[in-house]
Amino acid sequence: MKKLLLGDEAIALGAIHAGLGGVYAYPGTPSTEITEFIQADSLARERKVHSRWCTNEKTAMEAALGMSYAGRRALVCMKHVGMNVAADAFVNSAITGVHGGLVVVAADDPSMHSSQNEQDSRFYGAFAMVPIMEPSNQQEAYDMMQSAFELSEKLREPVIVRVVTRLAHSRAAVEVRNAAEVQNLGICQERWVLLPGIARARYATLIDKQADMLAASEASVYNRQECGGGSLGIIACGIGYNYVKEAVGNSANILKVSQYPLPQGAIRRLAGENDAVIVVEDGQPVVEQQVKALLGAEYPLKGRLTGDLPRTGELTPDNVAVALGVEQKPMHAPSAVVAPRPPQLCQGCGHRDVYTALNQVLATYPDYRIFGDIGCYTLGALPPFKALASCVDMGASITMAKGAADAGFFPSVAIIGDSTFTHSGMTGLLDAVNDKSNITVVISDNLTTGMTGGQDSAGTSKFEAICVALGVEPEHVRVVVPLPKNMDEIKRILKEEIDYPGVSVVIPRRECIQTAARKAREARKAKENA
Amino acid sequence: MKIDIILCGVGGQGILSIATIIGEAATKAGLNLKQAEVHGMSQRGGDVQSHLRLSDEAIYSDLIAQGAADMIISMEPMESLRYLQYLAADGKVVTGSEPFVNIPNYPEMASVQSELAALPAVDMMDIDAVAKSVGNPRGANMVLLGMAARHIQILSAGELQDAIRTIFARKGDAVVEANLKAFQAGFEG
Repeated sequence: MKKLLLGDEAIALGAIHAGLGGVYAYPGTPSTEITEFIQADSLARERKVHSRWCTNEKTAMEAALGMSYAGRRALVCMKHVGMNVAADAFVNSAITGVHGGLVVVAADDPSMHSSQNEQDSRFYGAFAMVPIMEPSNQQEAYDMMQSAFELSEKLREPVIVRVVTRLAHSRAAVEVRNAAEVQNLGICQERWVLLPGIARARYATLIDKQADMLAASEASVYNRQECGGGSLGIIACGIGYNYVKEAVGNSANILKVSQYPLPQGAIRRLAGENDAVIVVEDGQPVVEQQVKALLGAEYPLKGRLTGDLPRTGELTPDNVAVALGVEQKPMHAPSAVVAPRPPQLCQGCGHRDVYTALNQVLATYPDYRIFGDIGCYTLGALPPFKALASCVDMGASITMAKGAADAGFFPSVAIIGDSTFTHSGMTGLLDAVNDKSNITVVISDNLTTGMTGGQDSAGTSKFEAICVALGVEPEHVRVVVPLPKNMDEIKRILKEEIDYPGVSVVIPRRECIQTAARKAREARKAKENA
Repeated sequence: MKIDIILCGVGGQGILSIATIIGEAATKAGLNLKQAEVHGMSQRGGDVQSHLRLSDEAIYSDLIAQGAADMIISMEPMESLRYLQYLAADGKVVTGSEPFVNIPNYPEMASVQSELAALPAVDMMDIDAVAKSVGNPRGANMVLLGMAARHIQILSAGELQDAIRTIFARKGDAVVEANLKAFQAGFEG
C-alpha cells in the first residue's frame, strides 16, 4: 500500500512498523513531526507505544537507553542542536552498548531555516564511533528504520539516522509493509556500569566492532554504485543523490552513500576508475575530509572545501548542477521591488505585552540588557521591540544574565519561555540563587511549546513551585497576566523586582493564542458532534 | 508529462491546504509527487513557500531548480514576485490581486503590478472578494486553487474537486460544499 508521507512521518511509520516500544523526544524543527505522528497513530496507540514529550533531549536519550536495557526498541528524535544536549548520554551509550535496538534520529538544518547553526550530526556518529544511516528519500527513510533497528541489535550499538530539513519536510508516496510485532528481548542481563576499569574494556570492544560496522557499510543495500560514463566519480550522500540525479540522470558514475562509516573499498574503486572525484553532501564537509585522508592529498578531489560547492548553506538542484558543469535554464531576473517579510509574533500574543512592558520599564534606567532564549519570543529581537541582547542556546538567558550581573552590570534581565525553562533553565536559576545574583528572570509562560506548533510543556502549572523550591524567595516570585489592560500593574511589578537586589522571577502567564484557538475549535466540534 | 509548481503566500493564508489537495489528487491519479514544505519559524506571518512537483516519471529532487517552474501560484501579488528566478521563461503566474500588508515597507502596488505586467502569462483575481461573494470568506485559497486548475493540465478539475471532498470530509458536508463553491468560482473566473 502507498501512503503520502513527510520524510519525518515516513521515519515515524517505519519505526512503528519495525516494532517500536517507545519514542522519546523534545520538539525541535525539523524533527517535531516524527513524535507527533507516533502520538496520533492508531496502531501505536493500540500498542501503547510510549510517545509523551520529554523535558529535554538528554532525558529523552537516557530514557530510551533504559527502554533498550529492558529489551524493547527505542527511538530518540531531536533537531541537530539537540544532539549537543543529549551528547553526554549519547556518546556513553556507545560505550555501554545497547540491548533492544536504539535509533537516534538527528534532523539537521543546513541553511538554518529554523536554527542557530548548521552543525552536521554525522560528526557525532564518527565521534561516538557508531553507524549512521542517511536516507535520500521518503521511501528510504521508511525502509531504513527497520534496517537501523536490526543493525543496532546486531552490533549492540546505537545507530544514528540523519536527515536534513528538505527531506524531513518534503512529502512523497511511500510503499509500506505490514507492521512487525513489538520486539521484546527481555531485560538485559549485563551491567552497564561505566567505572573506569569496566569502561576501558567496553571501549576496546567498541573499537573491535569498527571492522563489523565497516563491513556492514560495504555490504549495505543503501550504498551502491551506478556506472553512467565519463571520467568524474560522484560521491552522492543522502539527499545529495537526488540533486545529482536531477542534474545528470543516468549519465554519470555515482557512488550513492547512505550508510556510514564510509564504504572505503567502494570509494577507492570509484577513485581508481575515474580521473577525479566530487563529494556532494548536505551540511558540513564531513565526507570530503575523510575521503581526502583516504585518497591522499594528490588525488583530485572536489567538494565544499575546494569551493566547487558552496562552503555554507544547503545543497540545491542549482548549486549541484553548477558543480557538475550542467547548464542551467534561463531564468527571470529577480524582482526589484520585493520586500523581506520576516516572521513575527502573532497579533494578540502575550509575549508582545511582555516586551512592551519590559522595554518601557527598562528605558528608565541609564543602560540595561535583556538576555534572550530560544522560542517564539526570540522574535522580540526584531522590530518593533528590538529587545534582546543575546540568544545562544536553550537556557542561556538566565546564566548569561547571571554572568553579566556577577560582573557588576545592572539591570540584567533574562527572558525565557516556559518550555525552555524546564528544558535547561532550572539549573541556571539554582546557580543564580546560590550566588544571590542580582537578576530578574521573566518566565513568559504561554502554557505550551509554541514555536514548534504547540506541544505540551513539561512544567505547566508547576513554575511557582519550581522557582520557590530552587530557593527563590516566595515574595519575589510574581505572576502577572500579559494583557494591554494590565500594563500599569505589569510595569509596576517588573520595576519592583528589577530593583530588588537578588534573584527575582516574574511569570507573565497567558495561553498561546494559537493553541487557545485550536482548543476552542476542538471544543466547538465536540459540542456539534455531541 | 510533468509540472513543477511554486506555491507561495504568507504564513497562515492556507497554502499548505492547497498543496495537500493537489497532493491528494495527484496520488489518486497515480502520479509521482514531491512536495517540499516550510514548517517552523517562518509560519509566524512570514513568507512561506512550497515546491510541488508532479510527474508520470520518477522525480528525484524535492526542490525545483531555478528557471524550471511551470507555474507560480500565489495568494498575494508581492509574494508571487519573490520566486521569479524559479519561473521558467514561458512559465505562468496565478495570483491573488490584493496585497497582504503586515510589513511597514510593502512596495507601491503600481511597481508590483508593472513587474507582473512584464511577465509572459499572468492570471490575477481578487480571490478575497470572490470568496466573500460566494459566502466563504475564509476560502480564498480554494478560489486560487480553482484559478490554478484552469492551467494545471496534468490533473482535471474533477480530480481536484474529488480531492477537496476527501480532504475536508472530516469537517462535515457544509465545509466541503463551501470549499467546492469557492473552487468553482475561481475556476469559472
